[in-house]
This record gives sequence, structure tokens and C-alpha cells, in this order.
Amino acid sequence: MTHMTDTAPAPGAASRRTAHTPDPRAARAARRRRTLHWIAVHALGIAAAAFFVLPFVFVVLTALMTDNQALTRSLWPHPFAWSNFRTVWDTPGFLTWWRNTLVYSVAGTVLTVVSSLPVAYALARFRFRGRNLVMVLVISTMMLPPQVVIIPMYLFWTKQLHMDGTLWPLIIPMAFGDAFTIFLLRQFLLTIPKEYTEAAKVDGCGELRTLLTVIVPMIRPAIAAVALFQFFACWNDYFGPQIYASSNPAAWTLSYGLESFKGAHHTNWNLTMAATVLVMAPVIVVFFFAQKAFIEGVTLTGVKG
Amino acid sequence: MSAVHPVLRARRRKEALRNLAFLSPWIIGFAVFFVYPLLSTVYFSFMHYNGFNPPTWTGGRNWSYVFTQYPLFWPALRNTLWLVVVTVTLRVVFGLGIGLLITKIRTGAGLFRTAFYLPYLAPPVAATMAFVFLLNPGTGPVNHLLGGIGLPTPGWFTDPHWSKPALTTLALWGIGDLMVIFMAALLDVPKEQYEAAELDGAGRWARFRYVTLPNISPIVMFAVVTGVIQTMQYYTQPLVAGKVASGVIGNSGQQFEPGYPDKSTLTLPQLVYNLGFQRFDYGSACVVALVLFVLAMVFTALLMRRRSGFLTAED
Repeated sequence: MTHMTDTAPAPGAASRRTAHTPDPRAARAARRRRTLHWIAVHALGIAAAAFFVLPFVFVVLTALMTDNQALTRSLWPHPFAWSNFRTVWDTPGFLTWWRNTLVYSVAGTVLTVVSSLPVAYALARFRFRGRNLVMVLVISTMMLPPQVVIIPMYLFWTKQLHMDGTLWPLIIPMAFGDAFTIFLLRQFLLTIPKEYTEAAKVDGCGELRTLLTVIVPMIRPAIAAVALFQFFACWNDYFGPQIYASSNPAAWTLSYGLESFKGAHHTNWNLTMAATVLVMAPVIVVFFFAQKAFIEGVTLTGVKG
Repeated sequence: MSAVHPVLRARRRKEALRNLAFLSPWIIGFAVFFVYPLLSTVYFSFMHYNGFNPPTWTGGRNWSYVFTQYPLFWPALRNTLWLVVVTVTLRVVFGLGIGLLITKIRTGAGLFRTAFYLPYLAPPVAATMAFVFLLNPGTGPVNHLLGGIGLPTPGWFTDPHWSKPALTTLALWGIGDLMVIFMAALLDVPKEQYEAAELDGAGRWARFRYVTLPNISPIVMFAVVTGVIQTMQYYTQPLVAGKVASGVIGNSGQQFEPGYPDKSTLTLPQLVYNLGFQRFDYGSACVVALVLFVLAMVFTALLMRRRSGFLTAED
């Protein structure tokens, strides 16, 4: 599944081929072709990398400019206004939004994983009538735009339960399984040979104990992957907080509050970009610690397990 | 029926209870957060309801209002179709290209892969704000660079003809997930098939056309259908782009021109918000929600076809 290693040929491969080629001129031509190919591929790679990386570079550079300079066309900050980050950090509300986002993301992730795991296990291991139907329904809800059911959900949470201005309407549903998490965990579980769980059953383990003591330790990378996906889904969520929290700035999240840095009369691009950096940074830091889990998870969404 | 042994029957009942227990979080969630609101959406679509007075029956009036009088519906549907066709096509072509490129890169492959992948993780609001800044026609660095080499400098998010291409560029920037999926599929193509094709004298293009493509076609199908579904749900990016580019200040609740500039960034999910939460016409919002539902389900049905390789046969 993870062919992450480079596919460079063994060091001897090239020389072996040369040894079999009687004509040294042909060998030189072949080598030159390979060199040209190497250069072309890497040049293309650098051009593509520029497209993906330069936006980050410009955002950081602008985050370091003074207010006046950000409105000019110059690209390099002079002087470096490191205080922008301080200003954003000290903005009233920013720390509250940070805390709300963290609470939403952590609670959402824990609840989602805990409630989705048994469902995924049942769908991967138990045989029962209607299992395929359940799978089809899970995938259908996974593909459903959240806007489809938002009107009755909003009325339910705010008119009946009076939870307007809080993040509870977003957190509570996570205790009832999430379709994408169930789908992904099931894909992982299908790759684990049945023999492992059967052995536990012979030893007298019940299904729940088998799940917790045999399966969970085996699929730790999978759990890490789905937990990360869920964490970032909450971290990045804009629509949910916009619907339920917008009436109460004390309940805003970073994604929702970010727009407020535009300034009162014109866009303070330097502060806006400094805030953008501060919202993106945790995502990028976590990615560097958990690269493998991410990539495995993404691969499994699209490739047969 | 009565011939089933009592012990066997007891075991079956126990198994059924166990299945139910394991599935219960999802069953409850499905009933409360999917079936109930979906039926309510259908119900409200025939009601006049503003959240204050009790709902009253209006028959098909919400439906005819949305389809014939609501001035934003058809532009939003047209924009959604535009984005689906153009963005999905480009995403698949570009994603496959980047996937192919990364499998060919020998030196520093890990670095390149990280660079291509990282934007996929950027929070959509942050990415959109960054792009509105980068593509700002007056002070943004992109037009600065384009102008510097003598290319045209479009208005991007402020020009109705360029706002959708700008959104597409933003979508292409976050293509990391597709790149990874294509890369895994490309590395799974059996090497022998390439060698056999080469012996038959197939050139680069022929090898791609007759070996690579047939082998990865289920993944291409997967990318197309998930791309369609994602693009149909496009909400945060077009909304934030329209708001920020039009100069509306923050989340002050200030009304902004929906789909700025000139309705060009409106998508269907935004209409649900506009009708329900800005105009308090919950009935009409439910009509748009149901249109969105039907579209999403049509494409989900396509995705679950065998050929897409999405639902795996587990036996």
C-alpha cells in the first residue's frame, strides 16, 4: 500500500547495462538521454513546487510587513514587523477562538473515533442481513452536503434545545458515528486477516474485548489517520460555527473568526496574513509529525483495500 | 421455520442483539441526524415558515418561487455546473500529471511530495483569504509578477469573468490528496506490462495510453465522481472569496452582495444559507436543499457502481 520509497534503480543497474552494450557511443547517447530526462523531470518538479509553495511564501512575507508596506507592490518586508503576530495574538477574542477550536476539535475527534469504531468493526466482520444496505447508507451520508439537512437541524438545536451561540450542536452529533470515519476504519479493518480475531474468539474473548485488546492495538496507525482527518475537519470547519456560533463571538472558532482581521476601514493585509499564518501553523506542524498516517489514510480512501 | 433448533435460535438472537449493539451509535445518528431532518426538509418545503409564526401550508408555492422568481437560483446552478465541468476536469488532469511527475522524480522526492501535499491541509478559510490577497488586482504579488513579464493582469476575484477561474486555481492548489491517490495507483501498475509494451516497440505515449490508463481507470473514475460531489458542495471558498473581495468587514453580520462579483461565485449551498439564515424563508431554503440532495445522490449512485473500485468486495 505504501510505496513511499524512491524507485531509484540499484547502483549497479546502469553499469551492468553499459557492460552489455558493445558500442560506447550508444552507451554515451543513452546516458545523455537519461541525464536530459532527469533534468526535464526535475525542472518540471521545481516549476510545480513553485506553484504549491509560493503562496505560503508570499503569505508569510506579507505577515511580516508594516501596514503601509502591505498596500504597496513591494514583496520583501522592510523592516520585518514581527510585532504583527503579537498584535494578532493580543486581539480581543483571538485566544478564546483558539481555545474553542481546540475544544471542538479534540472533543469532536475523541467522540467520533470512539463511536465509529464498533460500527466499522461490525460492518467489516459481522455477517448479517442488510449489511450492504447499511454500507450504502453510510456512503450516502458521507457524500451528503451538510446544507441539505441544516434547516431542520438548526431549528431543532436552537428552537427546541436553545443551544444557539454554542458549539454543542456540532459536538454532540459526533457521539453517534461519522460516516467518513466509519468508512475509512472499515477499509483498514478489511485488510486484517480474520485469523487474528478468530484466535481470540477461540480463547474465549467476547467481540467487544476482541475489538479492544486485539484489533485496536493492531490498527493504531489507522486510528491515528482517522483521528487526524476528523481533527482537521473540525479545525477547518466554517459552516458549522457560522450557523450555530455566529450570534455569540465568545463561541467563535478560529476558522470563523479569521475574517474579522480585515480591519475597520480597509483590509489590513499584514494582520490578516499574520492571523492566517497562526491558523495554518498548527495544521502544518501536526502534519510534519504525522506524515505517514495522513498519507496512508488518503491512499486508503481511493484505492482498493 | 419451527424446525430451527432452539439452541441455534437463541444463538441467532444473541448475534442479532450483538450486531445491533455495535451498530447502535450509527443507527441512532442516522435516524436523528439524517432521516428525521431529511423528512422535515421535505415537509418544510411545502410550508411557509419564518421561524416565528407557526408554519402554514403553501403547497408548491416555495417550489415555483425558487424555480421561477428567486433571482439567484439559476445563476447558482449554472455556476455549479461550470465549476463541476471545468474544475473536475482540470483537477483530474492536473492531479494525474502531478502524480506521474512525482513517480519520476528521483532526487529529493520526499521534499517535492511534501510541497505538493501541504496546501491540501491548509484550512479553507485561510487558503481563500490568502488567495484573495495573492490575486488582489491592485497590490497582489501574482499580478505584480504577471505584469512584470508582460502578461495580462486580470481582476480575478473582483471580475465576474475571472472569479471562477480564480476559484479553480485555488482548488488546484489543494490537490495533494488526489496526487497521493494517483501516485499509489501508478506504482501499482504491473511493471511487466510496461516491459512487454516496450518490447513491442511502444513509445512513451503508447505506453501511457495502452498500459497506464487502463490500469488506473477505476481511480480516474473515483477522482471524477468524488470531484463532482466535492465541487457541488463548494461553500466556504466561494463565500469567503466573495465576502473578502467585496470588502465586507468581517463577521459583523453586515449584508453582502451574494456571489460577488455579479453572482459569479454563487453556488447552491450558499442559497440555502441565503434563503434560510438571511431572508428567514425556511420553506424555500428547503427546496434548494432538496435540489442539492437529489444532485448529490445521483452522483453517489454513480460512485457506488462496481467500476469505480470504491466499494470493495470483501469476500
